[in-house]
Amino acid sequence: MRRPATVRVVGPMQWIVYPALIAMGLSIVLATPVALFGLKLPEPILPMVLAFAWPLIRPSMLAPFVLFLLGLFTDLLLSGAQPLGVWSLGLLVIYAVVLASRSLLAGQETQNLFVWYACCTLLAFLLTYLIVSIRATNAPSILSLFGQMIPTLLLFPVANMMIERFDDGDMRLR
Amino acid sequence: MAFRDGPFETLKVPLVWTAAVVVVVALVASILLIVSDRKDVRGEDSYSPVRAGFDATVGPVSGVLAAPVRWTGSLTDGVRGYFFAVSENRRLKRRVAELEPWRDQAIALKNVNARYEAMLGLRTEPPVAMVTARSVSDARGPFANARLIDAGSSKGVRIGNPVINEQGLVGRISGTTGGISRVLLLTDVASRTPVLIDRTDARAILTGDGSGNPRLEYIKGVGALQAGDRVLSSGDGGGLPRGVPVGVAARGIDGTWRVKLFSDRGAIDYVRVMLFQDFGQLVDPETLNAPPLAGLATAPAPDAGQAAAIGDSAARRATAAPAPPAGAPR
Repeated sequence: MRRPATVRVVGPMQWIVYPALIAMGLSIVLATPVALFGLKLPEPILPMVLAFAWPLIRPSMLAPFVLFLLGLFTDLLLSGAQPLGVWSLGLLVIYAVVLASRSLLAGQETQNLFVWYACCTLLAFLLTYLIVSIRATNAPSILSLFGQMIPTLLLFPVANMMIERFDDGDMRLR
Repeated sequence: MAFRDGPFETLKVPLVWTAAVVVVVALVASILLIVSDRKDVRGEDSYSPVRAGFDATVGPVSGVLAAPVRWTGSLTDGVRGYFFAVSENRRLKRRVAELEPWRDQAIALKNVNARYEAMLGLRTEPPVAMVTARSVSDARGPFANARLIDAGSSKGVRIGNPVINEQGLVGRISGTTGGISRVLLLTDVASRTPVLIDRTDARAILTGDGSGNPRLEYIKGVGALQAGDRVLSSGDGGGLPRGVPVGVAARGIDGTWRVKLFSDRGAIDYVRVMLFQDFGQLVDPETLNAPPLAGLATAPAPDAGQAAAIGDSAARRATAAPAPPAGAPR
């Protein structure tokens, strides 16, 4: 008798909810005030990976909503000069740009995707930089900006891994 | 007729469009949030219940998550201390020998200062009570430099209280809940601290910009500052006590004057909150803003005894007054 094959169901829980929870948990862990051997932990904007990968995996109504919540979470965790909603705006702008360019980006090589990821990251950071500068009437340090942007760029392999794992290649969605 | 039998049966909205609609709605909500969030991040009003609730929730979670990493750090410190005990001992002996004359001088100066204060009848500042707390979360980056500490309003911590570690000034409290407070560090882009240069008594404003070394702005006086000058809190504005050590002045790579913070010399794991109240908090602002002599218009009417005393006093004054000379014009 033939045994029934197990079917792996990939629903929104797998590619939206769990990654979002992992990003939140890791953000809290990376915010621990610890310096090991004189070095502090890096503090990248982890939801940036999701904002780039989700529209490429497939368009969804849930993903922008979760991104909005993740942006609020980041704003509250990094509560400083930035107003509530600034990282939501940054992440959603990336989502919108990638969603609009989806047909262009689908099937592109990894190097091209990285260039897009870098441009999107730069756009989100510039937007946040402008809003915070206007709000605090004081421009943040550029070196410090790179100090957060570079660890965020280094997270690209995670975004690429997510795209390869969850992209179902359904042409109807392109 | 069922809906599925109608003309909408074949209507299919592309998934991209529905996602785009949600994106637009979320973008609008984000912009509204940014616009409606209060501008003054330093004021008490800006610490909304949302932020307070978030900090009260995340603070204990971060404290638990930080514990293993803190133990690891303690372990490495212990190993380092074990292997470098001899050199550390020599260094400390040298330092004690250097500091002993300073201690004697400080005792003598304290004695002289107390006598001067007594002779001049100066009203000196009372000692400031302090609360010790542990840092449980650390937000870094260009846009935010803040920490959560595990002491809140239940221990008397209030918004605006200065926070120090064993080396110097760290920041001040920007929000507080029952058991958790948020410390805005001197390096935060929203931080402004009035400081003075110890050598010249010149005033300046220490402005954070997200980097490790905040800028010195609005320096008063030509040649008031040189590299290596010690920077202290000036106490101007009443937000901080005067004389809290802040750091050492240095030229930045962009040519601006910056301060190497003393608080960076050690870990900011345990801090002390100074329960300092500025003079602006000691009185009710409404009292200060009341019109002058307003009390005269509202003085209560004299009772019978007071009225009799006033009448008697007036009669005595009239009797005691010399009579005008004869022929004088009336």
